[in-house]
Amino acid sequence: MSSKVIQAMYIDDDVLMSAVKKVRQENHHIEEVYTPFPVHGLDKAMGLAPTRLAITAFMYGCVGLGVAITMMYYIMIKDWPQNIGGKPSFSFLENMPAFVPIMFEMTVFFAAHLMVITFYLRSKLWPFKEAENPDPRTTDDHFLMEVAVQGNEEELKALLLETGATEIKVTEKPE
Amino acid sequence: MYTFSNRLRLFAIISFVLGAIMVAFSFMNTPGTVEEMKAMHAAHGDGHGSSHGDASHADDKTAHHSDHAETADHGEKSHDNAHGSADTHGKDGGHHMSQAEKDEHHLGQLKNKPWAAVYVAAFFFMMIALGVLAFYAIQRAAQAGWSPLLFRVMEGIGSYIIPGTIIMIILLVMSSLHWNHLFHWMEPSLQDPLSDNYDKLTVGKSAWLNETGFIIRAVIFSSIWIAYSVLSRRFSVKQDNASDNSNFKKNFRLSAIFLVLFLISESMMSWDWIMSLDHHWFSTLFGWYVFASMFVSGITVIALITIYLKSKGYLEQVNDSHLHDLAKFMFGISIFWTYLWFSQFMLIWYSNIPEEVTYFITRIDDYNLPFFGMLALNLIFPLLILMNSDYKRLNWVIVIAGIIILFGHYIDVFNMVMPATVGANWSLGLGEIGAVLLFLGLFIFVVFTALTKAPLLAKRNPFIEESKHFHY
Repeated sequence: MSSKVIQAMYIDDDVLMSAVKKVRQENHHIEEVYTPFPVHGLDKAMGLAPTRLAITAFMYGCVGLGVAITMMYYIMIKDWPQNIGGKPSFSFLENMPAFVPIMFEMTVFFAAHLMVITFYLRSKLWPFKEAENPDPRTTDDHFLMEVAVQGNEEELKALLLETGATEIKVTEKPE
Repeated sequence: MYTFSNRLRLFAIISFVLGAIMVAFSFMNTPGTVEEMKAMHAAHGDGHGSSHGDASHADDKTAHHSDHAETADHGEKSHDNAHGSADTHGKDGGHHMSQAEKDEHHLGQLKNKPWAAVYVAAFFFMMIALGVLAFYAIQRAAQAGWSPLLFRVMEGIGSYIIPGTIIMIILLVMSSLHWNHLFHWMEPSLQDPLSDNYDKLTVGKSAWLNETGFIIRAVIFSSIWIAYSVLSRRFSVKQDNASDNSNFKKNFRLSAIFLVLFLISESMMSWDWIMSLDHHWFSTLFGWYVFASMFVSGITVIALITIYLKSKGYLEQVNDSHLHDLAKFMFGISIFWTYLWFSQFMLIWYSNIPEEVTYFITRIDDYNLPFFGMLALNLIFPLLILMNSDYKRLNWVIVIAGIIILFGHYIDVFNMVMPATVGANWSLGLGEIGAVLLFLGLFIFVVFTALTKAPLLAKRNPFIEESKHFHY
């Protein structure tokens, strides 16, 4: 099973933005947009759902805090409560100020690293991954919009040309 | 142009008058002699535990705490007269105070109470204006593109620096004239080698801590701040009708100079006005700590007044994104404050050097709830409330977070001033609430009067268009 897509090339991000809005207005489904750099507001124009990465980071941070607290409570208070330089090891709370730097760093460590890994997983990025780039020029100075062909192919082509596309290519995309 | 609404003016006046009455009552209720004090205590019952019921208080502590108290007592030999903190360690190991001396000491703290309440509130509102001036100067020096719409609000709040610092100087002069005993180092007998009270440590610091220098420095600091607030406001208003940007450039240079002078003067101000209350104690990052407190309170007040003015329809072009930025600052600087608070606390707790640690022992023993409670108010609430990006755009969330932050930083100042002046006899009663109402009334009156003096939109500011279209 394969589907037909039209790849329209643009050379200006402002033109691309207005093209995206136009195409969405005409109720065509934009499969993907390839840009060499982040175009401010493109996600809103495409109607993409906001990212939930920050929420995951918050949860990972809580996990990190929990790990740090559990670890130090077990090691320093429960398992072997030594007297080290007169610091009170009778309860976690009494010795807490000394643990705060570690609690803080662990929170940041977990939040940052697990969020980055989540990002890699969600955007399917890893070493030796085959690049999914339809045209190498989109990594330099071109913008490419991929629109699914549903009905009239010629009409869609005309629409895209009207929005300022410099090149148009119809390809079969393997599913 | 903004017109001062009659309801708000009435509120300010009522708050001022009510506060003044409450403060006057708290002054009248202060016992004049030991006999009066005892009579008042008898009348009250033993409701609020006297600081001298400390024997059981200290014994209740865990082993760790009596360790502290013992080490502290060694240091206390030279600290005998550290008022407010000397006897709160309970353990009568180091020295013995006779009952008469104890009563005298207790009386001194009670006499300080209304003064300290006024001092805390006066400092708190002065500090808000100063924090706003610092924020304003940073916005100008950094040529921020988002904030010019809020400049007039900031200038309005900054104008409170004039009455604010004048009141502070009057209070400091009163202390220097020995009308009260807020600053123990001003006690002349400490400098007298023949006196029982002779205190080498105070004498050693007298090159800096003497009344003349103290007042001169206060006047110098205040002049710097007032000069900046007045000049910057003048240039800003002139720019509205200017034909070129020369006033804007002058303001830029002025702000850069002010920021340098501000950091120096603010740091020294915090040694003089706050740290010298505990004149046997010192901390290097204290100036920064006080700065963080004033900065976050100032930004919060900017946000609250902006929301108020916008709700009255005066700041039409201020949008969610401006508030979002202010809320981000509130969030970030709250964490910065906590970082400094913790850095100061943890270093002293960790090394536990007797001459430093007494500062925190009095606070943990006698001010447990306000001392740790302010961490919840100043860190945990803002952290959890303002972390969410969507919440930072909701007015009511910012208002709630702002009120919590302001209350938290009032408690912060309270914690810095009260233990040194009234010791364990603190309360948030008539005098304290009255003093806050008094200065709140004055603050609202001065700030909103200043807001009526110039259009709320700074015209011809080179960044005003950018600010109007600011969108995050």
